[in-house]
Amino acid sequence: MGATQETMHHVGTLDMFMKQIGRIVELNGEQIAVFRDSSDRIYAVENRNPHPKGGPLAEGIVSGHYLYDPLYDWKIDLTTGLVQAPDTGQVKVYEVKVENGGVWIGA
Amino acid sequence: MNTHKPKLVVIGNGMAGISTVEQILKLTTQFEITVFGSEPHPNYNRIMLSYVLEGSKTIDDIVLNDWQWYADNGITLHTGTKVVKIDETHKEVVTEEGMRVPYDKVIIATGSNSFILPIPGSDKQGVIGFRDIADCNQMLEAAKTYKKAAVIGGGLLGLEAAKGLVQLGMDVTVVHLMEDLMERQLDHQAALMLRAELERQGIKFKMQAQTVELLGGERVSGLRFADDTVLDAEFVVMAVGIKPNVEVARNSGIEVNRGIVVNDYMQTSMKDVYSVGECNEHRGVCYGLVAPLFEQGMVLAKHICGVETAAYEGSVVSTKLKISGVDVFSTGEFIDGPEHTVIVSKDDWKRTYKKILLKDGIMVGAVLYGDITDSAELQKLIKQKTTMTDELYNTLMGTGCCGSGAKKAATVETMSDDEIVCGCNGVTKGSIIDAVTNQGLTTVDEIKACTGATRSCGGCKPVVEQILQYVLGDGFKTAAKQGICGCTTLSRDEIVAEIKAKGLQTTKEVMHVLGWNEPEGCSKCRPALNYYLGMIYPDTHEDEKESRFVNERMNANIQKDGTYTVVPRMYGGVTTPEDLKKIADVSLKYDVKVVKVTGGQRLDLIGVKKEDLPKVWEELGMPSGYAYAKSLRTVKTCVGSQFCRFGTQDSMSMGALLERKFERIDYPAKFKMAVNGCPRNCAEACTKDIGIVGNDGGWEIFIGGNGGIKARLADSLCKVKTDEELIEVCGAVIQYYRETGNYLERTSEWVERVGLEQIKAVAVDDLNHRRELVERVEFALKQAEEPWSKMLNDHDSRSKMFHSVEMKG
Repeated sequence: MGATQETMHHVGTLDMFMKQIGRIVELNGEQIAVFRDSSDRIYAVENRNPHPKGGPLAEGIVSGHYLYDPLYDWKIDLTTGLVQAPDTGQVKVYEVKVENGGVWIGA
Repeated sequence: MNTHKPKLVVIGNGMAGISTVEQILKLTTQFEITVFGSEPHPNYNRIMLSYVLEGSKTIDDIVLNDWQWYADNGITLHTGTKVVKIDETHKEVVTEEGMRVPYDKVIIATGSNSFILPIPGSDKQGVIGFRDIADCNQMLEAAKTYKKAAVIGGGLLGLEAAKGLVQLGMDVTVVHLMEDLMERQLDHQAALMLRAELERQGIKFKMQAQTVELLGGERVSGLRFADDTVLDAEFVVMAVGIKPNVEVARNSGIEVNRGIVVNDYMQTSMKDVYSVGECNEHRGVCYGLVAPLFEQGMVLAKHICGVETAAYEGSVVSTKLKISGVDVFSTGEFIDGPEHTVIVSKDDWKRTYKKILLKDGIMVGAVLYGDITDSAELQKLIKQKTTMTDELYNTLMGTGCCGSGAKKAATVETMSDDEIVCGCNGVTKGSIIDAVTNQGLTTVDEIKACTGATRSCGGCKPVVEQILQYVLGDGFKTAAKQGICGCTTLSRDEIVAEIKAKGLQTTKEVMHVLGWNEPEGCSKCRPALNYYLGMIYPDTHEDEKESRFVNERMNANIQKDGTYTVVPRMYGGVTTPEDLKKIADVSLKYDVKVVKVTGGQRLDLIGVKKEDLPKVWEELGMPSGYAYAKSLRTVKTCVGSQFCRFGTQDSMSMGALLERKFERIDYPAKFKMAVNGCPRNCAEACTKDIGIVGNDGGWEIFIGGNGGIKARLADSLCKVKTDEELIEVCGAVIQYYRETGNYLERTSEWVERVGLEQIKAVAVDDLNHRRELVERVEFALKQAEEPWSKMLNDHDSRSKMFHSVEMKG
């Protein structure tokens, strides 16, 4: 992650994202699931379920910086994209920045 | 091109001939087929004659190929016509009337005849065999006039005939030469049990009796035996055996032994002439059962069509007695000799008996009495000459008795390591054992966390427990006190009590005050807490969307590709043409992938895009069917008294009424109901959380049924006389379940945990308590809102929850 040169894109304001309820941001043809946690931190991961059957992530249940995926209940660390045991896998994580109420995503 | 179709003539219009023709038609239409039958009927299932006699089937029920079938397949059928000879020189078959029909190939399938004992008096009136429809009709007639009957022969056919006559009201004695009934199919033990059972069913027996004469004038009046004793009988059925019907072959100069001699491809000694079924003799054996005839027919059909086929090498025969309530089965060798290893289990209480014979460790035969659930399995194993193993032994012999008819769970010891235990997550027995032995896990929860087994539907939990027990032996203890999830050690009841005692208002507050080890909980406890809070404070609890599973949060069912299914309400499973038209229009407009009828009598619109959901709801203009919710899903109904001639109650109206009344509030788990207009129970009340069956004068209420993951038949809770009382009891039961059920616990589990008597006492019998429950459910129902229109009017949430942020990159 982060090895390539990324441009930060202003995707909107913090209040466009509900607390603990994900929302999809479409950027450069990619679907990014953006989550705002209970302390207003923002996480952005690729909206692609790491489960072999795929599917979305945006509708999962957020707890702290973890996400329980909506389809298979896998637990994913939103900071690293790592799937927690007993399951394995990793989701692509995007760099994020929140400044003056604005949300920025690197892609 | 030669347009001449080869002519195939089939002599015999019974099961053997026609099943061979059916096999041929599957392979080719090259033949011009003519069939001759001596009976006036199309092909019927001779095996079912016993049921016709018994009265459980009619002649029409047992016809296998009706007249139309012959016409559809271009087959010329001559019924009531006897072929007497095959003229090899002219290549023609000749009938009794002198009709000559040319052939290229002939199949003789003349079956067999009842063997009539060659004793004085066997030609008297009232003496018949039991072989065809005509015999059957004679028996039905005789039963109207005469009282006393004798059946000579205690084999399969004799016993079926005897039972039929008893059903017809006759006094029947079975006369048998041997010591054991069905000695050609059963061993001594099974024969004894069978005789005892048949005596209970009203058949009398005279064993080891040789009939030497039939007495009477023109009509039979009795039997005289070798010991000079006499038995009165005005009607005698001869069922001592069958003999192959070889007349046509013999007249034609074809080689005949006991039957028409055929080779492994059913060829007779005459060129282009074949023989199939009971009339032939293959490797010295004449079969008198149906299975070999199908096997022979298959080989013959392929051979005659020029398709490559393995030779027919004889059949392992199996027997099943077709008498209602008596289950007997045998296959292969079943009389034990010194060369056999015998495995036997007998249970006089359940009246079951099972015997398996081995020769050099290989399974060669079996007898089952009373419980024949394993018959197909045994037949297969014996046919394949399977070697007995410990594993097989355990599966077949089970534990304790000879199988009570209950499905025997294969013990975990005999499961192979690569057998899947958890079907949802594909976890094998081997990986569970690994987890236990290599990682020192000791509880189901640890196994769940490590392997994923039991975590989806939970259906495999018992097996996982068994594996733990098996690996750890005494080291396995069923888990110590467990909380509702890994975040807490508190149980559901403790949490609910604390919420009430401390006045906790939000999931966050509950987790904080009650010392959750995960400050924001997990996907297990958050939805549960949100439910408990809503149940406790129906008017003040602010529902937390972020603590809801995706389906309930979005008010639609998510599918694996991220699209959703929309299910509008159809109260009581009734809709209108206008609504259907609307559903069709909306489905077309929003490119719905599949429109599917659900099990609960409504329509699934599958494959709606997330951002289209609000528009679809708006244009449908129908309320949500809650197909995604831990709530009342649907009330299934039958047609009921509005239209059905049997209906005693208006089930459609009552179903719709209940669905309207109890929808939209949260329940611990999904909740399904059914309302039936009469005891025929067409809407299947027995597998519903609440099932209602109308009768002439009220309703009966059943609870705790489940047709899903763990099937359970509903228990009868009570009967009520009026609609008002029905609605009241439903309300009380629903509220009691809402207040005492664990989150995600279906009523099938709840009824077993809480106890039917307790539920009955609180929600039905104690009228004060019942009224309080009803008041509380009514209060909760008052707060409920229709979720789709609510979302449509909440523009802020609507855009944040359903619409992506689109960046022009």
